[in-house]
Amino acid sequence: MPNELTEATPRGRLAETLRGQLRNLAPFATLIALIALFSALSPSFATLANLGNVLQQVSITAIIAVGLTYVILCAEIDLSVAAVANATGILLAVLTVQDASTGIATLPLPGGLAILVALLGSLALGGVTALGVTRIGIPSFIMTLAMLQIASGIGALLVRGQIAYSVPDLLLTLGSGSIGPVPWVVVVAGVVLLLGHLVLTYTRFGRYIYMVGGNREAAEHSGVGVRAVVGTALVISALCSGLAGMLGVAYFGSAQQNQFDNYLLDAISAVVVGGTSLFGGQGGIGNTILGVLVLGVLNNGLDHIRMDSFLKILIRGLVLLLALVINVYAQRLRSRRRSAA
Amino acid sequence: MVSPGAPPRLELSGISKRFAGVAALEGVDFRLAAGEVHGLVGENGAGKSTLMKIIAGVHAEYEGEMRLDGRPVRFRNPREARDAGIGMVHQELSIVPALSVAENVLLGRQPLNRLGLVAWRRMRAAARAQLEALGLDIDPAVPAGSLPLGLQQMVELARVLLSGARILILDEPTSALSPPEVEWLFALLDRLRADGRSVVFISHFLDDVLRVSDSVTVFRNGRRVGSAAAREAGKPWLIERMIGAGHERLEESYSEAIPLAPRSRAPVVLAVEELGVEGLFGPASLELHAGEVLGLYGFMGSGQLDLARALSGKLRPDRGTVRVDGRVARLGRGTPGAKRAGIAYVPESRRAMLFAGESVTRNISIAVLERINRLLLRPRQERRIAEGHVRRLGIRPARVDLPVGQLSGGNQQKVALARWLTHLPRVLLLSEPTRGMDVGAKDDVVRIVRGLREQGVGILVVSSEPETVLSLADRILVMRRGLLAEEFAGEAVGKDRLLAAA
Repeated sequence: MPNELTEATPRGRLAETLRGQLRNLAPFATLIALIALFSALSPSFATLANLGNVLQQVSITAIIAVGLTYVILCAEIDLSVAAVANATGILLAVLTVQDASTGIATLPLPGGLAILVALLGSLALGGVTALGVTRIGIPSFIMTLAMLQIASGIGALLVRGQIAYSVPDLLLTLGSGSIGPVPWVVVVAGVVLLLGHLVLTYTRFGRYIYMVGGNREAAEHSGVGVRAVVGTALVISALCSGLAGMLGVAYFGSAQQNQFDNYLLDAISAVVVGGTSLFGGQGGIGNTILGVLVLGVLNNGLDHIRMDSFLKILIRGLVLLLALVINVYAQRLRSRRRSAA
Repeated sequence: MVSPGAPPRLELSGISKRFAGVAALEGVDFRLAAGEVHGLVGENGAGKSTLMKIIAGVHAEYEGEMRLDGRPVRFRNPREARDAGIGMVHQELSIVPALSVAENVLLGRQPLNRLGLVAWRRMRAAARAQLEALGLDIDPAVPAGSLPLGLQQMVELARVLLSGARILILDEPTSALSPPEVEWLFALLDRLRADGRSVVFISHFLDDVLRVSDSVTVFRNGRRVGSAAAREAGKPWLIERMIGAGHERLEESYSEAIPLAPRSRAPVVLAVEELGVEGLFGPASLELHAGEVLGLYGFMGSGQLDLARALSGKLRPDRGTVRVDGRVARLGRGTPGAKRAGIAYVPESRRAMLFAGESVTRNISIAVLERINRLLLRPRQERRIAEGHVRRLGIRPARVDLPVGQLSGGNQQKVALARWLTHLPRVLLLSEPTRGMDVGAKDDVVRIVRGLREQGVGILVVSSEPETVLSLADRILVMRRGLLAEEFAGEAVGKDRLLAAA
């Protein structure tokens, strides 16, 4: 039975390999198919300018999804990402001089310091989540649900229903400026994705993330500090959300309550559609990039073919469902192959 | 009492059962009279539990015939068996911890009021009355999970009895019970016998079996090898039949005595003082010397696995101290703390120690990553280390890139051991290191353990199989009901003496 691989026929081996790669191939094939479909249906879709649009539209999601990938690889979940992003963005606005007409109580700091303090704010929120999950033992699903509400509450108290418009210049550039034809926010997202990938692939911490997600008990028995790994992943997720939240304020041109509400589902969808296993231990930033692009192309393409915007909501739900089915199916294939051996 | 000529309460004839082609039972006959307590003994895997599960309707596929009060029956599921008056208390309890004692006792039979809702007060009163009738003083309102394990077992027993079982099957009922609870159980069994109910009593504790049973039956390798009246069968009679004469089995059976080493004079690497976890084991104290293999033997549920788990940092101890090379090991900090102190652990379940989907290389390197790199991984060095172990340990197939889940059980065990061979720990805990392996793989494991001993590692081999400790250990400690009961060193010891001590 250990010889199974060598005894298989070439064709059988190919089929085996393809099935093993289902979680990578499915999103890739989907992306190609979507691009082909929209290119055929709309002349304005396959243009360089629109490519820039798509990339710009997905950048914020991509940054949030990087942190979320770490968490999901550990077989945990973070439902607070959008709320933490929103709270961090609002905190940044509060630390910046606002026009008196906005009626927001501000505590202006120099730009760089304001960014740092806001980022520390998201770090603190992530730290609380990590403590709740790893020290107290609250399931991440519930703990981050509580954090969702807490972060929303903090944001709401800070703006009290008003809208702030100013952010530090540095962020204004990163969020809404561009170098040549390339928007800065795309560059930032690219850097975060690259960093996320390098850490996951080439560092010990990255390896521990995969091992903890693959078999938590075995990781523990190997002397891995499982709680530290899971806690760090949650903190990373909060930091990514915080960064995305600050960029988002510049990108949207304003900071207000609930402006990130779509990003929770988008980020989770991106990770799952990309093929990172919901059960942990498999996938990575490469998958997340695919997932982000699939969602971005879908969103953008549906606009180009003038899809009813209400129907769009339903379509996105159906796409997520399909991705979930493939995700679970790929997992089953894998465990079946394993037990057959 | 049995009226002459009446059929026995339960009669099985020619029962055979196979699992995936492997015979678990072969042509077994078994009779259970009304008002009889029948003891069932045999080693792990001898077929006792399989037979009982057939009687209780858990296994519906089998050959042979079963008669209840003379009428042929064939249960397709546990429910049919229960309806016919057969109740089984499994070794793994099936009470619902979050529900109250009353709800557990009356599970599925809660009294209802006129609105179809549960009549709580009536239910508590009924439960209390029924528990008292069994001689149990337990508050029916408390959650069953808050009771000590022994009382939980009694609650489950009460439930099965109160559901009207005429035949009661008890699988290892005394292993979790304290001495007074055992007395209560035996008194209860006497009452059941007087009521004309029949009891099958499965246990490793031979003294218990002989004391409480009217008759005893011994199983070995899926066959019934002897039955006798309990007062005529003594402990030696049972042990002799459980083990079998040496020439009957192909594998070395250790019915011959194995010479053990005298106590080692080497320095102590692991000193355990009064270590304990409430309700599981202890307080237990022991010393392990450098270059010594200490066997820790006990029946399943006697606490030896939990002791190993506590030493590994997986289970938080409530009391006691552990020293490695004289330094206190901080076990409260979990497995990383134990690892830092120099304690390595290979648990009994491969699922709990290996990453099935990951390569052999990654499974081996996981424990040494912090030694071979600072920040960035060094895959080539990981691979070289893994290849060295694969070659030295003869892991087959000799490919380090294969997912470890595709290897055979014995080879998986070697991979798990290899994890700790790059940088040797001071203390290696091996839980059931040869369980379920073929002879060749077992020999390999024995060789690896001997090699580690030569290099001065202190090794603790924990097992509920006498063969495992006898084949590996220099010295043997026997654990009984959570406590260290006996030590064997510097003399020849056979399986019979281990069984008798446990």
